[in-house]
Amino acid sequence: MNEILEILEKDARATPEDIAKMLKMTPQAVKKEIKRREKEGIILKYKTILNKELIHEEQGGVRALIEVRVTPKKDLGFDYLAERIYQFPEVTSCYLISGTYDLLVVVEGKNLHTVASFVAEKLSPMENVRGTSTHFILKKYKEDGDILRQPKKDKRQAISL
Amino acid sequence: MELSKLAEQIPPSGIRAFFDLVLGMKDVISLGVGEPDFVTPWNVREAAIYSLEEGYTSYTSNKGMFELRQDISRFLKHRHGLEYDPENEILVTVGVSEAFDLALRALINPRDMVLIPEPSYVSYGSLVMLCGGTPVSIRTLPANGFKISGREINAHSGKRPKALILNDPNNPTGAAYRKEELKDIAKAVEKHNLIMISDEIYSELTYDFDHTPFPCLPRMKERTIYLNGFSKSYAMTGWRIGYACGPKKIMDLMTKIHQYTIMCAPITAQMAAREALKNGERSVQEMRREYRRRREFVIAGLNDIGLSCHKPEGAFYAFPSIRRTGLSSLDFSRQLLKKEKVAVVPGTAFGPAGEGHIRISYASSLDNLKEAISRMKRFLRGKCSSN
Ligand SMILES: Cc1ncc(COP(=O)(O)O)c(C=O)c1O
Repeated sequence: MNEILEILEKDARATPEDIAKMLKMTPQAVKKEIKRREKEGIILKYKTILNKELIHEEQGGVRALIEVRVTPKKDLGFDYLAERIYQFPEVTSCYLISGTYDLLVVVEGKNLHTVASFVAEKLSPMENVRGTSTHFILKKYKEDGDILRQPKKDKRQAISL
Repeated sequence: MELSKLAEQIPPSGIRAFFDLVLGMKDVISLGVGEPDFVTPWNVREAAIYSLEEGYTSYTSNKGMFELRQDISRFLKHRHGLEYDPENEILVTVGVSEAFDLALRALINPRDMVLIPEPSYVSYGSLVMLCGGTPVSIRTLPANGFKISGREINAHSGKRPKALILNDPNNPTGAAYRKEELKDIAKAVEKHNLIMISDEIYSELTYDFDHTPFPCLPRMKERTIYLNGFSKSYAMTGWRIGYACGPKKIMDLMTKIHQYTIMCAPITAQMAAREALKNGERSVQEMRREYRRRREFVIAGLNDIGLSCHKPEGAFYAFPSIRRTGLSSLDFSRQLLKKEKVAVVPGTAFGPAGEGHIRISYASSLDNLKEAISRMKRFLRGKCSSN
């Protein structure tokens, strides 16, 4: 992968000036490259990774993985149905996968009830959905490469030769 | 009570008082750390845990597990085309530290001279003295990228030195030698019949060209003790494991001393080392890329704030000049610590040739490096207006 992308993927706040220093480029060249990647849609947006388990006031957010078996639509295949599903704001991820079912849909809701009713009222009744199987997430350990806990403190001696 | 005169003669690390100052202070941003900021890759830690579960808790062969020596032999062959026989030419040690000490003890007779390019890693001179030898420093200069060449060796050959210690890439200067430069050194080594002790512990951390092990040069293998380890390349400083390779005759002597003093390197660390050699390449590459970016960042930053710095080609240290402040390197480091809570190592910790410089370790997060450089900038501004 391009090194600018690699740096930004790890730290979206890395400034063009800092990246320029790291890669021995001019800040202008870095900015230009970033703009180009944004235009190409390779850089989609810049987000912050939250450890929501620690946000107490908003307690009770739940997440479920839902396996969905579908009958692909003639001519349109899976994409058509996937799009109808991922448009719901409750859906945080949606993948087409190989194996015994077809779509893996990740749904987020305030509580068990909201997720359950989303499945019962929105997802299952859809034409071409042949069946669903819902797994609630009990605890998150790691998400997209990030371990969900404060990085451990530096254990080294502050100075050594 | 009369204690060992020899031990008492060893210079106390003059730097100790400064270190205590750093260690006693809270919230310091430290660029003074001589070890990776990464933790050992998980697969390596996991292999060690597994070996404990399986009950590998015994001594091993004095030389180290044969399988590990075989892995080392294969690694050196594959990585560098370097051939060492796992049976007779490889010894697994408690870090390069032990390997280095063994090498000296196997070579040195009282009053033997040992050439040491300076600034140098702290232990070299003292350990030579502990063996009754005499360290002879060869001063290296920023103008030459802190490197020696055959010329400097020739110039110091009058005292009929026995051995030369080369640390490539270098702690503290970051200097790394290209093949051509090593060839020039090799010529002088041969001419003056020197034994080479080659400490290549940072060999996986070069950024501008491929590392050439000294014994790869023509006719050098038979007169070189090659030292390497796992501390820096695989972020395994706390495991205490390294190795020495060299001619059978020397390795036999080193093994004899090792078996009386150490018996064998810890088996858990040996197990971990095997995994590092087998499946560690990806982690090494990732760390190397990260260090390289930080190097560019730090060098640009230092030059921006007016601390001129030659470009280090290896290890994870920058060694900028602080002469324009008019301060000694110890005073500079002390004041920087007190005023801005940034810790660096005074160049004189690495011998008098380090005066006028400080060692900055970029084995630290980019955020830390950035913050430290901006604090140093403020510190320097204060220095210029008060002068
Ligand atoms: C040049 C050099 N040699 C040897 C060592 C010690 O290495 P080990 O951890 O393998 O004993 C160090 C550690 O800082 C070093 O910088």
